[in-house]
Amino acid sequence: MAKPKVAFYWCASCGGCEETVIDLNEDILKVADAVDIVFWPVALDFKRKDIEALKDGEIAVSFINGSVRLEEQEEMVKLLRQKSGLVVAFGACAHLGGIPGLGNFWNRDAIFNRVYKEIPTVENPEGTVPQEKTKVDGGELTLPEFYDTVKTLDQTTDVDYYLPGCPPPPDLIMKAVDAILKGELPEKGAVLAPNKALCDTCPRAESKPDKLSIDEVKRPWQIKLDPEKCFLDQGVICLGPATRTGCGETCIRANQPCRGCFGPVDGVVDQGAKALSMVASILGLEGEENMTEEEVKKLIDGIADPAGTVYRFSLASSLLRRRRME
Amino acid sequence: MKKITIDPITRLEGHGKIEIFLNDEGNCDRACLQIPELRGFEKFSEGRAAEEMPRITTMICGVCPTAHHMAATKALDDLWKVEPTTAAKKIRELMYNAFQAEDHILHFFFLGGPDFVVGPQAPAGERNILGVIAKAGMETGGKVIEMRKRMRNVLRIIGGKPVMPTCGLPGGVSKQISEDERKTIIEAGEYGVDFCKFALSLFDDIVLKNKEYVDLITGDVYSHRTYYMGLVDENNKVNFYDGQIRVVDPNGKEFAKFKVQNYLDHIREHVEPWTYVKFSYLKNVGWKGFVDGEESGVFRVAPLARLNASDGMATPLAQEAYDKMYETLGGKPVHSTLVFHWARLVEALYASERVLELAKDPEITSDDIVNLPTETPKEGIGVVEAPRGTLIHHYQTDDQGILTGVNLIVATQNNSAAINMSVEKAAKALIKKGEVPDGILNMIEMAFRAYDPCHACATHSLPGMMPLEVSVYDSGGSLVKKLVRD
Repeated sequence: MAKPKVAFYWCASCGGCEETVIDLNEDILKVADAVDIVFWPVALDFKRKDIEALKDGEIAVSFINGSVRLEEQEEMVKLLRQKSGLVVAFGACAHLGGIPGLGNFWNRDAIFNRVYKEIPTVENPEGTVPQEKTKVDGGELTLPEFYDTVKTLDQTTDVDYYLPGCPPPPDLIMKAVDAILKGELPEKGAVLAPNKALCDTCPRAESKPDKLSIDEVKRPWQIKLDPEKCFLDQGVICLGPATRTGCGETCIRANQPCRGCFGPVDGVVDQGAKALSMVASILGLEGEENMTEEEVKKLIDGIADPAGTVYRFSLASSLLRRRRME
Repeated sequence: MKKITIDPITRLEGHGKIEIFLNDEGNCDRACLQIPELRGFEKFSEGRAAEEMPRITTMICGVCPTAHHMAATKALDDLWKVEPTTAAKKIRELMYNAFQAEDHILHFFFLGGPDFVVGPQAPAGERNILGVIAKAGMETGGKVIEMRKRMRNVLRIIGGKPVMPTCGLPGGVSKQISEDERKTIIEAGEYGVDFCKFALSLFDDIVLKNKEYVDLITGDVYSHRTYYMGLVDENNKVNFYDGQIRVVDPNGKEFAKFKVQNYLDHIREHVEPWTYVKFSYLKNVGWKGFVDGEESGVFRVAPLARLNASDGMATPLAQEAYDKMYETLGGKPVHSTLVFHWARLVEALYASERVLELAKDPEITSDDIVNLPTETPKEGIGVVEAPRGTLIHHYQTDDQGILTGVNLIVATQNNSAAINMSVEKAAKALIKKGEVPDGILNMIEMAFRAYDPCHACATHSLPGMMPLEVSVYDSGGSLVKKLVRD
């Protein structure tokens, strides 16, 4: 029997999703044995025309990481969709927009002005910024257009499954590959990780009180972080209640609160809104009725950068998507 | 006018392509390595809480997240004017050296080293990790994987996860190391020291005993007389985690030595319209274009630059390896770009020795891991030596610690002018009267891979597997020759 064909592709990303594949260590050989990799730009020399030559649906599955920011990425993603039975959004950027999605708080001009003109080390009296076309001694150099807005994979093309995380942990990758090889797949659109909140598997779950109440928000540098106590119970904003588990609680185990890279559990459309309502519901829960308006405001102001915190990984996939363009 | 394009074609527009322009005689006039990528971290970090930067800037690069994590964490120390506890400094330095060791080994065996181990003239399809295993033995392949696994486990122990660590806080770290974990780290350090000694002996056997390779290393094609920059400790020894930035001139004489807080007095960035990457240069020499020599502010960073900018290594075995390297090559400074590979192994040995030293220090398991900030934040600057060179994070905030200005001087941009020059020099040496030899693919690839630049798939793909396409156009724009690396 012919081995199933598999493709890997990356859009706007950092290479961390590739590193996590290398972190499969010996398991990567098992995967390489079981499948026929037809496209993997980072490691193997196959070209776009090789993909174009395939029949529609001939690739069993394409794993695509990174958010989408360039026209050419969009074209490639659509081509892979046409040629693939399954498309898996691999990692937080493809799934939610990820950290690059924070760029949606700004636009192209704001980013260019900062990076190429305002920065104190830049010596640029003529105000040069990168151009899509530049004449050089009679020749011409071209650059791809930099878009104003970062998009998730499913805002670009149809996605079958999501492998969450920044980056996805090796055990979930192996489980997903196994499920695909055995054809034991869940319903289309599923996130290939447990449908539970991080709090449900948190090693500190037992220290989380039944009724949480924060009377003063603490930033992680303002207290000595207790290595065993629920972060919210310490007054530190943790996205655990609004985030799916499956990560192995790696940040919690390093004594840092969750920042939400796995996205929400099933049925939650907007992770940030969910996180915000969670925080609002526990702020000053005890004694709320006795607080003055000023005290309430002070309590809320204790949350540093609320938008950038609750939407840390999911701004591009949120209902807001981006700051309104002026 | 002819135009030659070398494009890692399967990466499409994603990350890096080389354009070569020929003059009317058919010789190379100019070469440009273009980086068609930008994400804008400097802008979208504005408005964020400063303490989140170690957990945001890690996503600049998933290959070297620990470097950004640590530069950001140190910028936070400076922002809040808080001195980390001595245990915290040691934990950070330990983690950082484990990262340097595994990253350098990854590069040497998977990315750059195959050029030497398998041979610069070997067929492209063999110049990869599989070729290394074929030549050096299966056992070597197993050791490489084991080395990486153990060092990345150290990163997991301290930072939570190797890709995107999370432990840095202003004034310290979030997690204490347990006694059991310490034992594991000691074993990793011992393995690392043995492995790096082995790697250097392999380099000795396969590269240094082969005259052809030595000629290639020391030849003029890959040489640039530039300034060099690196962090040094109080004895001017190489240090990845902390110290002062030292710059030496092309003769090896100290040109500047400064605290990172004064970096604005020394470093500037030049902008070109044809690439998204900026070009760092020495402010007090000035930007003179893509040229080397004492009159040009172009400087280099990363392994060889650090060794050139220092007076030696702070650990005994690495010092021996350092001495041997300079003795063999006829003294300091060394200008040959390909020697970056050798320097990388010397540094990996130092990093492993340092992991072991720190893990054996009883204070490493102390519970005194953080000093809480008490000052009002305003401005903070942090520096580390990333595997690929000096890395600076500079933050300005309001009095609540919300970011209002961010500047990042990233390692690869410090080398970006020199990388362009190296590519151009290789092209000039190889292209004569319109003749474009097939070997240009290898030679150009080797020129920029020595720097291990972190901006391109081109350089994080497996060598020999990197697809390259060279197209030669005549003055009318018609294709006259096409070379494809398969």
